[in-house]
Amino acid sequence: MRMLINVPETVVADGLRGMAAAHPDLSVDVDNRVVVRRDAPVEGKVGLVSGGGSGHEPLHGGFVGPGMLSAACPGEVFTSPVPDQMVRAATAVDSGAGVLFIVKNYTGDVLNFDMAAELAEDEGVRVGKVLVNDDVAVVDSLFTAGRRGTGATLFVEKIAGAAAEEGAPLERVEAIGRQVNESARSFGVALSVVTTPSKGSPTFDLPDGELELGIGIHGEPGRERRAMMTSREIADFAVNAVLEDLRPSGPVIALVNGMGATPLLELYGFNAEVQRVLAERGVAVARTLVGNYVTSLDMAGCSVTLCQVDEDLLRLWDAPVQTPALRWGR
Amino acid sequence: MLDVDFFRRWLTAAAAAVEREAGRLTDLDSAIGDADHGSNLQRGFRAVIAALEAEPPETPGATLILAGRQLISTVGGASGPLYGTLLRRTGKALGDSAEVTAPRLAEALGAGVAAVAQLGGAKAGDKTMIDALEPAVAALGTSFAAAATAADEGAVATVPLLARKGRASYLGERSIGHQDPGATSSALLIAALAATAGE
Repeated sequence: MRMLINVPETVVADGLRGMAAAHPDLSVDVDNRVVVRRDAPVEGKVGLVSGGGSGHEPLHGGFVGPGMLSAACPGEVFTSPVPDQMVRAATAVDSGAGVLFIVKNYTGDVLNFDMAAELAEDEGVRVGKVLVNDDVAVVDSLFTAGRRGTGATLFVEKIAGAAAEEGAPLERVEAIGRQVNESARSFGVALSVVTTPSKGSPTFDLPDGELELGIGIHGEPGRERRAMMTSREIADFAVNAVLEDLRPSGPVIALVNGMGATPLLELYGFNAEVQRVLAERGVAVARTLVGNYVTSLDMAGCSVTLCQVDEDLLRLWDAPVQTPALRWGR
Repeated sequence: MLDVDFFRRWLTAAAAAVEREAGRLTDLDSAIGDADHGSNLQRGFRAVIAALEAEPPETPGATLILAGRQLISTVGGASGPLYGTLLRRTGKALGDSAEVTAPRLAEALGAGVAAVAQLGGAKAGDKTMIDALEPAVAALGTSFAAAATAADEGAVATVPLLARKGRASYLGERSIGHQDPGATSSALLIAALAATAGE
């Protein structure tokens, strides 16, 4: 194992200390693992709190700031945070207008956020919740823990965040978050296997010359393994899997996301193929975002997320945002 | 009769088992999950031991409630709320008596396991910790040793199952052939109980 770390036990805390040093607009509580925008609570504004395991950077801490999240709770690597963190975040950002929890559909995240919602409500914080479950690679969702939350999390955080920044009430921000989730679908592909700091070796075996189709973001194997494909073939497979489920009737925002170890050159090349498939299928692309946003440590690979948007959602997407990892219009 | 010292020794034995088996739990988890079950439980049980030493509770019930709360606050993932709920609900069901009988513990543990099943929405055969815990509770009427055997057999019996809950469920058919890490750690907890009882 060759990693730029001290010891596995302090990876998350060390990362947070460095994040604090790099981003003075954030208030980073390293001991309690909460990242809060420095001007919180903002008077009259709904607070947006998200969180999940570490290892998906810049998700979620990198999306804290005006126009997006009010606070983020990073858990241990690939492990959901604990309720104490979420309650601390909720009380730190609540101005009285309530707090929206944005939760990726993984058993641990759901259980901990549910416990936190109860505890926060005991402390007088009104809590809404949006569950993100956009991953079309999970079939038979009645017989699994349900579709995973992956790339659409970014869309929910950005668009609901813009609505909250405009002063929309909790019920409205929650409704917009749910609308975004229902309008978005994702599919992920792994070209290499992740190595977590605590395990120190690849979490499963993926022979050279093969890839995993339909992966999540935690280094778990996917649904299917095939011989290595070209960028063109992967784009055909992934985009068609998304469209088969989403069947958009209007324009989409496209996210071409890297899993952490794939160079931007490859991601841009992959995006060219994604745009080709979408054009062939007659899907209009309103906006495109290419980069590493919802990652899986050192995994090579990519995911595609499409979100169908109306005028209102597109306006909220374009609204100003100022966070470490997403920044425009300000 | 089982007193507060018995419960402290049980949790200490469980923590030692987690320390000893953390690598194996993580290996099992890397096959069908995300390779952190051992290290997460290790962190949680270390916190349990520290909390019990810092402020030793006076009753069996309070001991389990404190341990459960520590697990919820430190483990994260699904294991934190599930194991935390198991110990908290068992502790609550014991009430504030200074000593409990073995049948009383069996009943309370049954309530704890039911709470876990409800929280996780899992039933027997879903390839989860329930597959070890339910048979253990059923066998507790016989003896602690029988419960440990039943839990172990329950954990081993998860190998051919298709996972329907938790992260392993995303693998579908590919989850078959691997022992469930949660059922395995649950069996460790029950084995520690039997060892503490001297069985």
